Amino acid sequence: MPETNAAEAILEARALEKFFLQPDGGRIEVIAPTDLVVGAGKIIALLGPSGCGKSTLLRMLTGLARPSAGQVLWHGQPLDGQTPNVAIVFQSFALFPWLSVLENVEAPLEARGVAAIERRKRALKILDAVGLDGFETAYPKELSGGMKQRVGFARAVVVEPEVLFMDEPFSALDVLTAETLRGELLELWLDHKIPTRAIFLVTHNIEEAVVLADRIIVLGHNPARIRADFEVGLQHPRERKSERFVELVDHIYKVLTQPTVEHASPGEAKPAGAPVRYPMLPHARPGGIAGLLEILLDRQGRDDLHRLAAELVMEADDLLPIVEAAQILGFLRVQEGDVELTAEGRAFAEADILTRKMLFRQAALTHVPLLRQMECALKAKADRALPDDFFHDVLDEHFTEDEARRQLETAIHWGRYAELFDYDAATGRLVLTET
Amino acid sequence: MTRPLAQGLFRRRTWSRLTDLMIFAGALAVFSAALTIGRTWLGPFTPVAELSTSPRALPGYAAYSLARIVIAYALSLAFALVYGYAAARSERAARVLLPLLDILQSIPVLSFLPGVMLAMVALFPRRQMGLELGAILLIFTGQAWNIAFSFYSSLKAIPRELDEAAKIYRFSRWQRFTELELPSAAIGLVWNSMMSVAGGWFFLMACEMFVLGRRDFRLPGLGSYLQTAADAGDTRGILWGLAAMIGVIVLMDQLIWRPVIAWADKFKIEQVESAAGEREQHSTVLALLRRSGVPAALYRKVIAPAGERITLFFARRAGQAPSPRPAARAAGWKMWLGRALAAALVAALGYAALRACLALQQLTSAEILEVGRGAGITFLRVSVALALGAAWAVPAGVAIGSSPRLARIAQPLAQVAASVPATALFPVVLLVLIHAGRGMGLAAIVLMLLGTQWYILFNVIAGAMAIPTDLKEAAGIFRFGRWDRWRKLILPGIFPYLVTGMLTAAGGAWNASIIAEYFHFRGEIRSTPGLGATISRATDAGEFHVLLAATLVMAVIVVTMNRLVWQRLYRLAETRFKLET
Repeated sequence: MPETNAAEAILEARALEKFFLQPDGGRIEVIAPTDLVVGAGKIIALLGPSGCGKSTLLRMLTGLARPSAGQVLWHGQPLDGQTPNVAIVFQSFALFPWLSVLENVEAPLEARGVAAIERRKRALKILDAVGLDGFETAYPKELSGGMKQRVGFARAVVVEPEVLFMDEPFSALDVLTAETLRGELLELWLDHKIPTRAIFLVTHNIEEAVVLADRIIVLGHNPARIRADFEVGLQHPRERKSERFVELVDHIYKVLTQPTVEHASPGEAKPAGAPVRYPMLPHARPGGIAGLLEILLDRQGRDDLHRLAAELVMEADDLLPIVEAAQILGFLRVQEGDVELTAEGRAFAEADILTRKMLFRQAALTHVPLLRQMECALKAKADRALPDDFFHDVLDEHFTEDEARRQLETAIHWGRYAELFDYDAATGRLVLTET
Repeated sequence: MTRPLAQGLFRRRTWSRLTDLMIFAGALAVFSAALTIGRTWLGPFTPVAELSTSPRALPGYAAYSLARIVIAYALSLAFALVYGYAAARSERAARVLLPLLDILQSIPVLSFLPGVMLAMVALFPRRQMGLELGAILLIFTGQAWNIAFSFYSSLKAIPRELDEAAKIYRFSRWQRFTELELPSAAIGLVWNSMMSVAGGWFFLMACEMFVLGRRDFRLPGLGSYLQTAADAGDTRGILWGLAAMIGVIVLMDQLIWRPVIAWADKFKIEQVESAAGEREQHSTVLALLRRSGVPAALYRKVIAPAGERITLFFARRAGQAPSPRPAARAAGWKMWLGRALAAALVAALGYAALRACLALQQLTSAEILEVGRGAGITFLRVSVALALGAAWAVPAGVAIGSSPRLARIAQPLAQVAASVPATALFPVVLLVLIHAGRGMGLAAIVLMLLGTQWYILFNVIAGAMAIPTDLKEAAGIFRFGRWDRWRKLILPGIFPYLVTGMLTAAGGAWNASIIAEYFHFRGEIRSTPGLGATISRATDAGEFHVLLAATLVMAVIVVTMNRLVWQRLYRLAETRFKLET
């Protein structure tokens, strides 16, 4: 655990939890009880796959959302519904389209009762610092994505927040612009030009976290839980090809692909005391799985995860669900951040389209309980058909509504590929295919 | 070489000076008109105003009508802001307020007439003001509901991250309203305001001249002018009145609506400059106003400083407030107030329901039969009108929407034609049809058609424009025949828009039936059996229990059709026929 002086802690989360109550009394947990301390003087990155709940965690820390349980302490005092002196830079920029750049940046100052002349002075100064001098009277729709995010940043920083939160600020930008902005952010931070004491960055991009952050917190999913929390000891500027950098990225991949203790596969003995989680399907398409296996076949059947990601120019967010899916189906083995084809995986990669479907079907019925359940239920009916709502209700008990819908979509997609059943979207009916 | 530049500057400066003068003159004219109108309204009680049939009196009458419509619109806007805000802020309130809005929207204007008028005359027994307020409130009932609905929808549609930005940067309630909520609702408010004001013109005749029980009421204005002329069979008078009304509407369109629409472009919640294909709204009036010094000076010297002071006041007040009191205490008095209001509402509704039941008991079986038959006949009539409207509007709309060249010519024409209130045209239509030997039955369908076909047309045009080019290209490459193209590409493509248009048209047709089926023409009453005729006749004769029954039946039919038919089709449009990737 990194040492954060208790006296320095600006923001602290104690047993912070987010869950949804079911009508039958059960709970769907989105964020497991989490403890977190944000101290001064560092850039902290919260890293995790998309949809794991890190944005929800950010909103609970900033007071925008209420936690289901637990407390957020601001300088030792519980938040209790107010907003602390923080600012957020949003993924979609969140600029007011009807206000000019200057008016957008002045708006938070206006909200704090600063007089017009003083407002203008401070806003112009900060716009100059981010390099938007000359664009004060422009409207957001005239600006490029990078410039819009600069405005978002200027607006966040003009009120001198104690902690600057950034919610995937570079995800909506193209690669080059994102790179430029990251560099500028670092420059401003290292030159102490940003009047803030800490930066809390939420991202799903592993490399971004390692480039920028002094401390990285890795969040798992289902439910969200801190898997790792460590200091990055690298000096700036950080070389992406340096040994230590690559080591860190590898380590994070390892952490993210570590099986969780509670993820007991059905049939295995339940680990004492830990609740068994309903297995969650990763959102990957059979096409993507096939592609990954073919690529691995090309590389003699094994490779390093982070190297694979770098060469395919894929982010962890896109690659990991495919890896997880292939792993569940038994086509891949993951060990210490390395992936290796199993015998079944090799057979799949070498087969033609029709054989692949057959292999996929076998693997799905063996390893994916949900699809097995669906096939059994369909077989039990005389007309071999069921409405999709039937399975939606089953999933609803274990996942939030959005996630339940997505799980069902993925399952139906896999089932159709495996020729397990047909699906009519208009009527919502699943019909078993006759073999 | 500076001479051409100087000349250009000089010309621009003269133009802006000219605009300044025109603005001053306009402001002066409006002020003096307001004074004159105010003097009449606060004057002695003249239930049946003397109407001059000379065309020279028309500008005066136009001014009166315009004043009523504008005031009614201002009231509608204020109501809509409060109502929409209340419904958007509280889930529980929304559960009551939204269905209530649905029902209110389905009640025709005339059904409010007895209640409103009696209330006003009771409040101001011997004053002209009472009558005027009543007319204004009547117009209000035709304008307020759709603006309220639009404001509510806009509030609900605010992008989540903008909402979060306002929260995290501690916007006060006032700043939130002026910098987030109102601007995001601006475009919807503008378009709905245009529709509402058009609705005001549509029902003007019924609101300015009517019979209540045994009393005749007539207020000076364009609506009563037209109705008097129609009653007397004065063709010249009808045409002059029509010309005056169209003139005022076109003037309002050019001087007010076009500039406002062009100005409201800046409130579009799109993050990128619109593609070259979409035309930006232009308005010469707006351009002139921008160049003139007066509006800018007014803004700089008066509006901006005042706005600044109000915003800072609220900001500082919000900053000083203690951190949000724990939930229990805050709910305290608000909860009791809410409960008291709810109790009062329930009590009022209970009382009204009781009175209604008592009134309904007076219905004779003949009257019940009349209402029932009328409902069936008007239902058929509305369906026929909708079918006819769709039959011509769909092909025309698709043709216009698919060809930008055709659109450039046809759209402005259609907009002018649509802005003429069909009720004003009705006497002319009747004249023509009576000459041809046809009766009110056909005339009623024609009037419904005239009033509502534009909703279908404009929506279909928008739908046809929205069909993506690559789908059209695919249809071309695969050599779709005409039938195939319509069945597989065009009709599914425009389906959501068509449903919206038909839904609005149906509501409008039901509402129009009160005038379409019962009309004072040439000294006699021309009517055809139907629910609208029943409502109008009952109002004329003062048979309030029949009026109540007929209104209830109409409201029930419209709301039921909304739920059973239109909302289902809408849901289908949202799921199966949505054209997004």
